[in-house]
Amino acid sequence: MLINILFYLFSATLITASLGVVLARNSVHSAMFLVLAFFTSSGLWLLLGAEFLAIVLVLVYVGAVMVLFLFVVMMLDVNVAQMREGFTRYAPLGALIALIVIAEICYVVWHPSLKLDMLGLTSDVAASASNTRSLGLVLYTKYAYPFQLAAVLLLLAIVAAITLTMRQRPNLKKQDISAQVAVRKGDRLRVVQVASEKRP
Amino acid sequence: MSSMSLAGIAIAMPEIYLLGAISLLLLVDLFLPERLRQVTYIGALGTLVLTAYVVALSAGSFGGREYGLSGMYVRDDLARLLKLVTCATVAATFLYGRDYLIARGLFKGEFFVISLLAVLGIFVMASAGSLLTMYLGIEILALSQYTLVAFDRESPVAAESAMKYFVLGAIASGMILYGISIIYGVTGTFSLGELSVGVTADLVHNVGLLFGVAFLLAGIAFKFGAVPFHMWVPDVYHGAPTAVTLFLGAAPKLAYFALIFRVLAQGLGGMSGAWDGMVTVLALLSIGLGSLVGLSQTNIKRLLAYSTIANVGFVLLGIGAGTPDGYRAALFYTITYVLMALGSFATIILLSRKGFESDRIDDFKGLARSSPWFAWMMLFLMMSTAGIPPFVGFFSKLYVLQAVVGAGHPWVAGIALVFSVIAAFYYLKIVKVMFFDEPETDAVVSGGPALRFLLSLNALATLALGFTSTALLAAIAHTIR
Repeated sequence: MLINILFYLFSATLITASLGVVLARNSVHSAMFLVLAFFTSSGLWLLLGAEFLAIVLVLVYVGAVMVLFLFVVMMLDVNVAQMREGFTRYAPLGALIALIVIAEICYVVWHPSLKLDMLGLTSDVAASASNTRSLGLVLYTKYAYPFQLAAVLLLLAIVAAITLTMRQRPNLKKQDISAQVAVRKGDRLRVVQVASEKRP
Repeated sequence: MSSMSLAGIAIAMPEIYLLGAISLLLLVDLFLPERLRQVTYIGALGTLVLTAYVVALSAGSFGGREYGLSGMYVRDDLARLLKLVTCATVAATFLYGRDYLIARGLFKGEFFVISLLAVLGIFVMASAGSLLTMYLGIEILALSQYTLVAFDRESPVAAESAMKYFVLGAIASGMILYGISIIYGVTGTFSLGELSVGVTADLVHNVGLLFGVAFLLAGIAFKFGAVPFHMWVPDVYHGAPTAVTLFLGAAPKLAYFALIFRVLAQGLGGMSGAWDGMVTVLALLSIGLGSLVGLSQTNIKRLLAYSTIANVGFVLLGIGAGTPDGYRAALFYTITYVLMALGSFATIILLSRKGFESDRIDDFKGLARSSPWFAWMMLFLMMSTAGIPPFVGFFSKLYVLQAVVGAGHPWVAGIALVFSVIAAFYYLKIVKVMFFDEPETDAVVSGGPALRFLLSLNALATLALGFTSTALLAAIAHTIR
C-alpha cells in the first residue's frame, strides 16, 4: 500500500518536473526542475530495489553534472526569448516523435514474439541481493579489462583537452609572486640629481 | 578468479606494453626542451617497432583462437596480422608526416602520443572478444581522431571539420551503443563467442535482434564512411592537416575491418541472411556515389576522399558476400588499399612546403617535367587504385568480385565493375595532368631522403605485390577460416 502511494507520488512529481524542464521560462528554473526530476527518478529506482543506481544518479547527476549545467547556464548570457521563437512551429514535430517513441516502448514491452533472453544466458537473482555488492564482485574481476580501457579513454580525453586548449602567449601579463617579494628598493627607486634652474 | 592472475593478463601483452610506452613517452615529452622534440618522434617510432616485436612474440598457437580476460580479449592470427600491419602503417605515417609537421609548427609530442593512443584503440578493436571492449576500442580511436583533425589550432577549416566530425561521430557512437544495448537486451550477452554459438539462422526474423543489428550497422557504416553515412569524409579529409589526413585514411580502416568482421561475420555470422543484403546495398551505394561525385572534384584531398568512399564500398562488398572467400577478399582489399592510400596522401605531402598545401589537382601539372621519378611513382599508385593490371589494386578488386560472383550475385559484381571503370577516369585524369600539362607553378619536390625513399618503396610495392598477389592472398587467407 505504502509502496503504491510512494510510486504514484514519485511518478506524478517526475512528470510535473519533466514538464517544468521544458516549459519553464527561466533556464535556471529549468535546471532546478531537472534536479527534481533526477531525485524523483532515483526514488523510483529505490522502490525497484536498484539502490546502487539510485545513489549514483544522485551523486553523479545531481552532484556533479547539474552543478556544471548551472555554471554554464549562469555564465553564458542565454537569450531565452530567442531560443523559444520556433517553439510553436516545432511543437507538432516534437509531439510526433514523442508518440513514435511511446509506440515503440509499448511494442517492446507487450510484443509477445520478441523473445527476450533467447539464448537463456541470464540467471535470476534473489530480489534481496545487494546490487552494490554484485557490481563490486564483477567490476574489478570479470570486467577488469573494460574498466582499464575506460581509464585509458579518460587519460586520452585529458591529453586531448589540454592539447587543444592550452596555449602559451608570449606577451601575457601575469604576476610572479616570488619576483615581487624579492624586489628591493634599488630595483624600483632611482634617486636622480636634478640640476636646479635659475629663476628667470 | 583465474583471469586476474598474472598469466591471465599476459595474453594482452602487446596492449599492456603499448600503454606503458605511451605513458612513459607522455612524461618524457613533458620535460623535453623544444629543440629535443626529435626524441619524442624517435621514441614513438621505437615504440611502434617494439610493439610489433611484442605482437610477433605473442605467437601462442598458430591457427587457434584463444580467449582471455574473461572472454573480453581474443588472440588469433587475424588480430596478429592486423596489429602488425597497423604498426607498419602508423610508422610510415610518422615518417611521411615529419617534415610537414615541422614546417607548420605542429611537430609536438602530443601528436605522437595521441596517434599512439589511436593505435591502442585499433589494437583493442582487433582483439575484441566482446561488444563492450569493441565499443571502448572504437571510442579510444575516435577520440584520438577528432583531436588530431583539430590539431592545427590556427586553422579555422580544421576546427570546423573537427567539429563536424565530432558531432556526427558522437551520433554514430550513440547508434552503435544503442544497437549493442538492444542486442544485449534480447540475447543477454556481450560476448562475441557466445553470440556466434547462440545466434543461428532461425533467428533471422527476430524483430529485436534485427533492430539491434540495423542500428549497429548504421554506426559501422558511419565509421567506414559508407554512403549514406559519408557526408563527413570529404570535409574532414580536406580540412585536416595533410599529415593527419594520411593517418585517417590509412590505419583506422584496418580497425573498422576488424569491427565489421568480428561483430557481423563472427558474432552474428549465424544470421548472415539478415544483414548481407543491408551491407551489399551500402557497398553499391558507396561505389556508385564515390565514383560519380569524384569526377567533379578539383581538390586532390577531396578527390581521394571520394576514392576512399568507393574503395570502402569494395570492402563492404566482400563482407556482404557472406562467405569466407568474401571475408578474405575484403581483408586483402583493406590491406592493399591502406598501402595505396598511404602512398597517394604521401605524394601530396611530398609536393607541399611551408605556406603551400599543394592540394589542388592543378598543382600536379607538369610534375613529370620537374620530377619524372615521382610522377612515375604517383602513376603507379593511381593505376593501382584504379585497378589496372598488373598492379595489386587490380587483383584486390578481382578477388572481391570473384567472391561476390561465387556467392551467387553476378549482377552486383557487374554494377561494381561498371562504376569502377567510371572511377578509373579520375585517377587517369591525375596521370594526364602530370604528364601532358604545362607546369603552373615552379614547384619543386620537397621532403627529405627518408620520405623520398619510403614513397618510392611504397609505390614500387604496389607493382611488386601485384606480381605476387596469389602468394599474398594465401598468406592472408589462413587468418580467416
